[in-house]
Amino acid sequence: MPTPMPIASEAGASARVPFADPAQQHEAASAAMWVFLSTEVMLFGGVFAAYLWYRHADPAAFARGSALLDAPLGTVNTAVLLTSSLAMALAVRAAALGRRRPALGWLAGTAVLGLAFLAIKLLSWRHEWTRGLVPALHAGAALAAQPRVELFFVVYFIATGLHALHVLAGVGALAVTGAALARVRDPGRWNPIELTGLYWHFVDIVWVFLFPILYLVR
Amino acid sequence: MTTAALERPQPSYLAAGDTLRSWLLTTDHKRIAWLYLVTITLFFAIGGAAATLIRLELLTPQGDLVSDETYNKLFTLHGVIMVWFFLIPSVPAVLGNFLVPLMIGARDLAFPRLNLLSWYIFILGGAFTLWAMVSGGVDTGWTFYTPFSTMFSNTHVVLTAVGVFVTGFSSILTGLNFIVTLHTLRAPGMTWMRLPLFLWSLYATSLVMVLATPVLAITLVLIAVERIARVGIFDPALGGDPLLFQHLFWFYSHPAVYIMILPGMGVTSEIVAAFSRRRVFGYGFVAVASLAIALLGFLVWGHHMFVAGESFYANLVFSFLSFMVAIPSAVKVFNWTATLYKGSIALDTPMLYALAFIALFTIGGLTGLYLASLPVDVHVTDTYFVVAHFHTIMVGGMVTAYLGGLHYWWPKMTGRRYPETWGRVAAVTLFLGFALTFFPQFALGYLGMPRRYHVYPPEFQVLNVLSSAGASILAIGYALPLVYLIASLRGGPTAGPNPWGARGLEWTVPSPPPPGNFATIPRVTEEAYAYTDADRE
Repeated sequence: MPTPMPIASEAGASARVPFADPAQQHEAASAAMWVFLSTEVMLFGGVFAAYLWYRHADPAAFARGSALLDAPLGTVNTAVLLTSSLAMALAVRAAALGRRRPALGWLAGTAVLGLAFLAIKLLSWRHEWTRGLVPALHAGAALAAQPRVELFFVVYFIATGLHALHVLAGVGALAVTGAALARVRDPGRWNPIELTGLYWHFVDIVWVFLFPILYLVR
Repeated sequence: MTTAALERPQPSYLAAGDTLRSWLLTTDHKRIAWLYLVTITLFFAIGGAAATLIRLELLTPQGDLVSDETYNKLFTLHGVIMVWFFLIPSVPAVLGNFLVPLMIGARDLAFPRLNLLSWYIFILGGAFTLWAMVSGGVDTGWTFYTPFSTMFSNTHVVLTAVGVFVTGFSSILTGLNFIVTLHTLRAPGMTWMRLPLFLWSLYATSLVMVLATPVLAITLVLIAVERIARVGIFDPALGGDPLLFQHLFWFYSHPAVYIMILPGMGVTSEIVAAFSRRRVFGYGFVAVASLAIALLGFLVWGHHMFVAGESFYANLVFSFLSFMVAIPSAVKVFNWTATLYKGSIALDTPMLYALAFIALFTIGGLTGLYLASLPVDVHVTDTYFVVAHFHTIMVGGMVTAYLGGLHYWWPKMTGRRYPETWGRVAAVTLFLGFALTFFPQFALGYLGMPRRYHVYPPEFQVLNVLSSAGASILAIGYALPLVYLIASLRGGPTAGPNPWGARGLEWTVPSPPPPGNFATIPRVTEEAYAYTDADRE
């Protein structure tokens, strides 16, 4: 795409059209990220609504479904993701202090923990697979006689799948952010890392809700 | 307000390049408005063609023009195209894109490239939907009710759902852009309480776009999963609950009704002020009423399920909350009429549209109260009364306001004036055509004619013929502006910066404006609509 048309402006040299100065641009970028996160809340809200609706309809079936999950694996994964958020916060802090190398290091750490989360998630899906708990693919298997338990697993796979996609997108965002941070002249005045951080923490928070409602609630 | 922008003549945004590339890769909000204008006009023609076939079929009680199946596909196509590919983007993406930066004294929206991206996403979604239509269509109605849509329909449900899903992101990006722009790019002195009311209504609209559309997205994903994987989500045979689908769908689609009316209210506020030369009466109330409608709009979705098995107490609450929407709506209607009082009223084309909007919105709103009341709703659920009600809001309200706004800002967008006499003729034709099309449908619905049927008892024929006759007048009302507006692009007299003598920053820059809108960012020193006695002479 072409760069926006050059316009005679009283603005500072470093702000993009239509902004007057970098501070205004920064403000707009974080406002946009918060608005975006609100759309994400509503997106996951639909999944949570479906969970609540069917759990309310048949709490016992949901408890049976939940008991079939691998809770220790889910717990380990929660710890991994929470730790990744700590690394992300440290990366943002290091960048704000203008310390590029530590910031890059923490970013890499965040990404590695994110990938670890995805790997463990795959393991737990394998756990469900081997027990015949995957609704569409195990038609007529363990779940056939219990439609509401099957419904639990439908919600489970949609929720964790959607969340995993968001983690994957987050790892991509971390890579892009890291590549840009490595090149930027003054890391201390560079805010995209803060926005990536907001997104990463959001994805983490979604899991903080998903973990108890899927794995722990009986 | 400053007129400094007039000092240095610059080539207009239209002269900034005339290659196809300069249009398709533009990031200028004014050009993107044109991309949307052309696209949604095409979609309007497609949706209108489907409506034409529907009205032709309904001329006779027999199903003699199209088969049942084709008829189902026609009203689905009409609904899907008109809702998502015309009404939702109409005022926001065309007039809003053009005017938001101009009205607040900014050079562009906060994210110009995101703005262009939103148009491409819109095109992509439209392509999927048209693909579905061309390859055989969908017969579920625009509401995609389950389990019919997921388990029984043999038509292109998933492809259409993908089209609507994709288009949703376009509307989210537009809403996000407007919200951030209004928060961060207002010119010095342009406080919130000085914003033109059009922008208050777009702000409220954007909030709804951003918060409701993702719920539609996840709902469409769930439909696709149920349909493709054949696992129970909404199908009662597999342990699911169809009512959950309706909750999720209307949690988006009822607020979406307000996406399709709030911008029209904003346009009306601008026009009424400009053509009665008065500040909008009760400015603050009208501004806050937009937010109130957006907020209440999120709390009334259950009134679509009064007969669908929702609990009695839920019905009571949703009925009560639906009545509450009447309050901010009435605040607006009363304040527009109060603005006219002692105004210097000029009945130019935009004003005719605005007055038609006020009349039809009032009728549409009041019949909404009939539907919000439980006993009446049970009687008229799924009848033509409902069809007439929402068309009075969507067509009588939003389409009328869109055309009014297009006429009002046409000189600003093109630098040309359209023929005023033809404009007035078209506005009156549209109003009469609308009334003849939809008023008989209120009677039809009250008498018990169900919607979505193409065969009906012979005693309903007179009213149906009246409605179809009205539709042909309505079609003339739409065709006229298409002809004379396009003709005015070449032959119309030059407009000058402020042909209506209106207030507002958009009228302080040349028509058409230069690419960056303002030579220097203006400094705002007065309230919106600061018309004086001299203006009313």
